[in-house]
Amino acid sequence: MLHNLSIGELADRLAARQISSVELTAHFLARIGRLNPSLNALITLTAEQALDSAAAADRRLAAGERGRLLGIPLIHKDIFCTDGVRTSCGSRILDNFVAPYDAAVVTRLKSAGAVMLGKSNMDEFAMGSSNETSFYGPVRNPWDTTRVPGGSSGGSAAAMGARLASFCTGTDTGGSIRQPAALTGVTGIKPTYGRVSRYGMVAFASSLDQAGVFARTAADAAAVLEVMAGFDPRDSTSVDAPVPDYPALLEQPLKGLRIGLLREFFEGLEARNAALIEEALRVYRSLGAETLEVSLPHLPLSVPTYYVVAPAECSSNLSRFDGVRYGYRCAQPRDLADLYKRSRGEGFGAEVKRRIMTGTYVLSAGYYDAYYLKAQKVRRLITDDFRAAFRKVDLLIGPTTPTPAFAIGAKIDDPVTMYLNDIYTIGANLAGLPGLSAPCGFIDALPMGLQLIGPHFSEARLLGAAHQFQRATRWHEQIPGGYE
Amino acid sequence: MSLTRQDVEKIAHLARLSIADAEMPVYVSSLSSIVDFVAELSRVETGGVEPMAHPLDGQRQRLRPDQVTETDHRDKYQANAPSVQAGLYVVPRVIE
Amino acid sequence: MADWEAVIGLEIHAQLATKSKIFSGSATAYGAEPNTQANLVDLAYPGVLPVLNAEALRMAVKFGLAIGATISRRSIFARKNYFYPDLPKGYQISQYEQPVVGNGSLAVVLDDGAIKTIGVTRAHLEEDAGKSLHEGLANASGIDLNRAGTPLLEIVSEPDMRSAKEAVAYMKKIHTLVRYLEICDGNMQEGSFRCDANVSVRPRGANKFGTRAEVKNLNSFRFLEKAIQFEVARQIELIESGGKVVQETRLYDSDKNETRSMRSKEEANDYRYFPDPDLLPVEVDQQFIDGVRATLPELPDEKAARFAREFALSAYDAGVLCASRELGAYFESLVQALGIAHAKLAANWVMGELSGALNRDNVEITASRVSAADMSALLGRIVDATISGKIAKDVFEAMWSEGKTADALIEARGLRQITDAGAIESVIDAVIAANPKQLADYRAGKDKLFGFFVGQVMKATGGKANPAQLNDLLKAKLAGEPV
Repeated sequence: MLHNLSIGELADRLAARQISSVELTAHFLARIGRLNPSLNALITLTAEQALDSAAAADRRLAAGERGRLLGIPLIHKDIFCTDGVRTSCGSRILDNFVAPYDAAVVTRLKSAGAVMLGKSNMDEFAMGSSNETSFYGPVRNPWDTTRVPGGSSGGSAAAMGARLASFCTGTDTGGSIRQPAALTGVTGIKPTYGRVSRYGMVAFASSLDQAGVFARTAADAAAVLEVMAGFDPRDSTSVDAPVPDYPALLEQPLKGLRIGLLREFFEGLEARNAALIEEALRVYRSLGAETLEVSLPHLPLSVPTYYVVAPAECSSNLSRFDGVRYGYRCAQPRDLADLYKRSRGEGFGAEVKRRIMTGTYVLSAGYYDAYYLKAQKVRRLITDDFRAAFRKVDLLIGPTTPTPAFAIGAKIDDPVTMYLNDIYTIGANLAGLPGLSAPCGFIDALPMGLQLIGPHFSEARLLGAAHQFQRATRWHEQIPGGYE
Repeated sequence: MSLTRQDVEKIAHLARLSIADAEMPVYVSSLSSIVDFVAELSRVETGGVEPMAHPLDGQRQRLRPDQVTETDHRDKYQANAPSVQAGLYVVPRVIE
Repeated sequence: MADWEAVIGLEIHAQLATKSKIFSGSATAYGAEPNTQANLVDLAYPGVLPVLNAEALRMAVKFGLAIGATISRRSIFARKNYFYPDLPKGYQISQYEQPVVGNGSLAVVLDDGAIKTIGVTRAHLEEDAGKSLHEGLANASGIDLNRAGTPLLEIVSEPDMRSAKEAVAYMKKIHTLVRYLEICDGNMQEGSFRCDANVSVRPRGANKFGTRAEVKNLNSFRFLEKAIQFEVARQIELIESGGKVVQETRLYDSDKNETRSMRSKEEANDYRYFPDPDLLPVEVDQQFIDGVRATLPELPDEKAARFAREFALSAYDAGVLCASRELGAYFESLVQALGIAHAKLAANWVMGELSGALNRDNVEITASRVSAADMSALLGRIVDATISGKIAKDVFEAMWSEGKTADALIEARGLRQITDAGAIESVIDAVIAANPKQLADYRAGKDKLFGFFVGQVMKATGGKANPAQLNDLLKAKLAGEPV
């Protein structure tokens, strides 16, 4: 079936005119129509536009143009601004918001001829680890619809797991690509901070946010990332460095690759989870890699550090949602203060309000030094730990999540327990490092992820290591029942 | 509880968020537990450590040439506005 | 009754004269239709990001170099968080710790001629806010964000000033400087140059500062002076009547000539400054600094010193002629045409007739109706004795109002001076013959009557007799000496 073919295979068939982009697009639209209602993975469907873009891609193909993503259907996380299409960020406050411009990521994929099918559900403003904080309701995990798909890019992950598109975009501030990728059995990569432009991506925590990809395989992710990545003068934090040809580098041999096992990740790790990682390490050794243990003593502090830094930045980033120039405005404001307080109070959900208040608190007079400044210092200690580790090893390996997907509602009332779900993924964001999650087995018939973290700008190495793991294993080929 | 109701009311005011009376206790307790949780950082020795504001060290701000690159798109941008009059965004009276 | 001393510090906001905004490519031109110069960045649309305008940074460094300040090799942009409808992001991008310009100073000349050095604590880059308009809207305000994102240089002084006059002298000095540097148009009506004044009082001789009040948004030198005078008097009266000054923000009402508390801004300001994660540290290297230094013009103080030295002018005259770069250039071109020997003549004309006409008709020197070339032609006719200085004033007025050249007016009106000694002599003879009584009195010792005879001759010649010749001839004739 078309939805089980790799991007490379689809590109070949499109190039050979064996299928058209319109047929491929119609195929995915039909799947979405049939399978999405039980998943709630999409907020907005852009069927008509998709068929138009597909027809345009077909014309380009007919004219002899070729491209890795030309005519390939995708779903964008609803955090990326899309010109003329509602961009809600999973929030009531942007429920009526039609972006007047395209995000850099959207522009790049559009120019490459990729076809947007619609926009995926997400935790409100990307704040959440379960996709339960969305104004549009929770997303369900295709492996078990009573369970969460992870978050915040839960809609993109569920859509990828259910094969509702050839690939999906996502964003990762504390694990929001890797964690849901692990919980839905797909491959997800968060690139180095600054690798992909943040322009047009609604900001959650500016020093941590980074756009990335959900795909069936590392090879597919490589093809997409190669298009998404690159310098953008509109983003001051975008890095002006050439983008490697990731797909061409997938086969670089792993012989002699030094893989570090993070001691801190294994402390207290559930036995079945540990066993999956051990098995993955055995695969890597069989591919010629060396494995050694390394320690990052400050890594256990990454969750509290993150829950100071991210809320602080978000409290400021979300001040622009004030009911004045766009977005939700409360009915009949009595005065200016009422306009602000009720538009924001009614427009934001509970978790967003909680984080705005946490951030306001840690930045306020008398608490700044004790919380915000302290967290910035600990952030450096954690980053220095990573730097030291990468002098000994080429990449780090560990679990993506402590447990498989949990039940909807299980943790939503206990924010701190929910936050601890990101314990393995947050470190990479604090240090701006690239991270990748690839399927590595199952616990209780639910998929689990193997996480690879590399030094800055080592995406090619991560993708290559994941690709060769996927050539030696079949975990990534597993598809949830009913979605074959 | 490390935060009182008054603390939370003050924070909510600074952040311009209306919080219903009935929801207040939940915020007081959840924000307290978050503050307690992150307070773990106070135990870390950070003497002489430079605070880190950006994940990539050694990068400097890029400068943009002083050129006007924008044209007027007021109508398109104001299509999203809740209230507009004569090209102005309308809000309840600002008292100075 | 105690003897009180005022302590004043100023925060001057100078809009930088860039073409585009500090963090976006929108135009900064004044007076456009509302919100037509506000792009996605200025409107704080979701997802947009700031990128720093190179010219704004260059201008800030230029100012720093001009006041001999330290230039930070690394400066940081921070967010100042507060909610206001004219502030679309809910925070202002400013500089808090590590501003681009550090400690500097500049000297101001006080009324009594004394020179006082005023310290500049820092100058930092930030973005301006939009405007709230209230007219024609019932119980509502309209927000225009055209000004949002216009670059500002906030120049913060030390609390070094002790009177309203000193504060005005300092603000004028900065005003002159930023225009010399061509980093700000200095237009105070349009709000391009404005200031906040921090005012406190203390018993003279005390070491500690009193509690200060901040008077916001003063956009003229006169308002600055009046507001400080009022505020100082208010604080003294308050303390003497047993009250206490509270630290607060106040607004100057020019109609009532008073300051009043801005309660709306009083509520617990907690700006929660933190480094803006969207902007990286701004690094300025030696090459950049050297490049900016190379563009520095001759500064007002340097120019005044040179004028005084080269043209033998008083310090006061030199200072007045350097009040703006354009005025100095106008003056210098006159000296170039007439020669250094006539610098004083040129200075008197620029400070006298020309400045008078400019002020009277509210015209900038750059738009003067008498160009420097025409002015030097006029002064040339004084130098070559074609006309007298007195006649020249009439010619200047005619040039100003009719736009003709000096020579054309002299010719058309027959104003050429009489320098023929014979012709002057015959007029003198006739005047003496007609006034025998005055002649007798003069010869009897009433020297003052000399002026009477000059007046009579000038009257008879229509003011055209060459004054020096007239003087000599008349003296001889009255004395009965042969000429």
